[in-house]
Amino acid sequence: MTAIAEGYNFAYLDERTKKMIRRALLKAVAIPGHQVPFGSREMPLAYGWGTGGIQVTAAVIGRDDVLKVIDQGSDDTTNAVNIRQFFTRTTGVRTTTRTREATLIQTRHRIPETPLAPGQVLVYQVPQPEPLYKLEPRRAETTKLHGAAEYGLMNVKLYEDLAQWGHIDESYEYPVKVDGRYVMSPSPIPAFDNPKMHRMPALQLFGAGREKRLYAIPPYTDVQSLDFEDHPFRIEPHGHACERCGDTASFLDEVADADGRVHWTCSDTDWCADRVDQGHQGHAHG
Amino acid sequence: MYIAVKGGERAIEASRQLLAAARRGDTNVPALEAAQIEQQLGLLVSRAMAEASLYDPSLAALALRQACGDAIEAAFLLRAYRTTLPRFGYSEPIDTDRMRVVRRVSAIFKHLPGGQLLGPTFDYTQRLLEFGALAAATPGPAPHAAAAPEDVPNALTQLAREGLVEPCLRSVGDPQPPDITRDPPAYPLPRTGWLQMLARADEGWVLGLGYSTQRGYAHTHPFAADLRTGKVTVELVPDELDFPIEIGEIELTECQMINQFVGSADVAPVFTRGQGLVFGRGERKAIAMSLVDRALRGAEFGEGSASPAQQQEFALPQGDSVEASGFVQHLKLPHYVTFESELQLIRKLRKDVHARAVEAAREGESE
Repeated sequence: MTAIAEGYNFAYLDERTKKMIRRALLKAVAIPGHQVPFGSREMPLAYGWGTGGIQVTAAVIGRDDVLKVIDQGSDDTTNAVNIRQFFTRTTGVRTTTRTREATLIQTRHRIPETPLAPGQVLVYQVPQPEPLYKLEPRRAETTKLHGAAEYGLMNVKLYEDLAQWGHIDESYEYPVKVDGRYVMSPSPIPAFDNPKMHRMPALQLFGAGREKRLYAIPPYTDVQSLDFEDHPFRIEPHGHACERCGDTASFLDEVADADGRVHWTCSDTDWCADRVDQGHQGHAHG
Repeated sequence: MYIAVKGGERAIEASRQLLAAARRGDTNVPALEAAQIEQQLGLLVSRAMAEASLYDPSLAALALRQACGDAIEAAFLLRAYRTTLPRFGYSEPIDTDRMRVVRRVSAIFKHLPGGQLLGPTFDYTQRLLEFGALAAATPGPAPHAAAAPEDVPNALTQLAREGLVEPCLRSVGDPQPPDITRDPPAYPLPRTGWLQMLARADEGWVLGLGYSTQRGYAHTHPFAADLRTGKVTVELVPDELDFPIEIGEIELTECQMINQFVGSADVAPVFTRGQGLVFGRGERKAIAMSLVDRALRGAEFGEGSASPAQQQEFALPQGDSVEASGFVQHLKLPHYVTFESELQLIRKLRKDVHARAVEAAREGESE
């Protein structure tokens, strides 16, 4: 283990703060999808850059954990690197880029393509925990709407999307209903990833630092993307293949080169590398 | 074809080094000492302390230097440090009537007990750039500082005694104030909560909101009754003792605004108050804060809540400079996954529209 930053407690936060966060997390797990207010602390990383996820990770991480941090599906985006370095400095725990090896995964904007296993914990960074905020900005009001399970506003919004566009105008942060009760924001993951949340064997924890809310989905919980009987929720593949590993079913990044050509590669870099190791090839190698 | 998937780590390290160089600037110019900032850029130090809600002038000066002079970044650095400090107690309420004032003005009386004391202010400087000071900074003679008067009573004391102004009373039930740095806000907040939020809110935000009340959005008919800056003693009752002991002093600026009276045919009218209180010398912020405080009391006086300054959930959370700065600037983080999702959707929608247009044209032809 590497040396821990001098003058700071393990994982930066003091033990009483961690306990406060864990208590809030226990409540969140007990009421799946319900937003639990918590005494969010000022962190040494900027609001909007993952302070909620970092606090959740700090509260649950132990010395034997193996941590993976991704942003946009990649371990090497600058924000992911920065957060991983932060935990290396403040905990000294082992880090990995391999989804299978990790016990704790902090993510922004993606769910790994590799199915998660029982015992793993997935921590989401959440900018806006309130799924109704575009329809009702006053939190004093949305709290009442959730309490009464009054989601008419949301249903009307989705209906109006269908009437205007023929599709629901939510390509990411697509709202879900958890355990048949609470409407919840899945954080800004693409709607493509929503089905991965349904009955996931891993524990899913969500942290919103600036908005001071936590929520959770316990393992094997029902998570339904909101839809209508005659317009069921569905995801469609991109219609392209990854140039590295040839995958047509994973979420792809679209990258233009200097000549104006468009290339497609897996957004989940670990998934892609794994497939290449197994001998899969895209046309770039052919 | 090459698509970069590595390099984040090296890029971050290079960026940190570039920042250090940019902060230092031309090495032929002497480096700025934190003590110089503390002594000579006092208003900036005050602002950083106020928005950080941490009273420590030397740390604020250090943070300002590290932040290349960016007040919000400095407040962020101080807050990230503040959050690691243990909390060993709460002070006794400070008494601003016992402030050792360096400045105290009242706009509602020509003369009043304690007097009008201009003190150091930009108000009558005529704002002419001192070009001569560019060449050589010649220290002028130190001005003769009059001894700070003790115990200057608040300008509203006499009016309150006559019953013309609402008295300063504890709220019903005297609830323990929430601690906004520990408890998540549950709206509507009590006044003790919103005053805390305003005290460390972004100065520009509070200024704009306060100004809005003067331009027809929740007018409050304000008069600056008592505006003062100076040092006050901080006292604490330790667990081991049953009496307060002095632990130090802090510099504060307070504005007591007096506003339109409330009452009815049956209830004798009284003037109402708004309060602004900030760390250090922060007169602009204190005045603006007292306007917003009074506007936020609109519900209490049945004045409605149609204007932004009267709406807690608009006026308060958006004013936190560190929260707002972080979230506005997080837009520069990569969002290419969510953007790709939007691209997929807009292409699909455009294809649908196009297909319908082709279909309509075909039908038109066949008729």
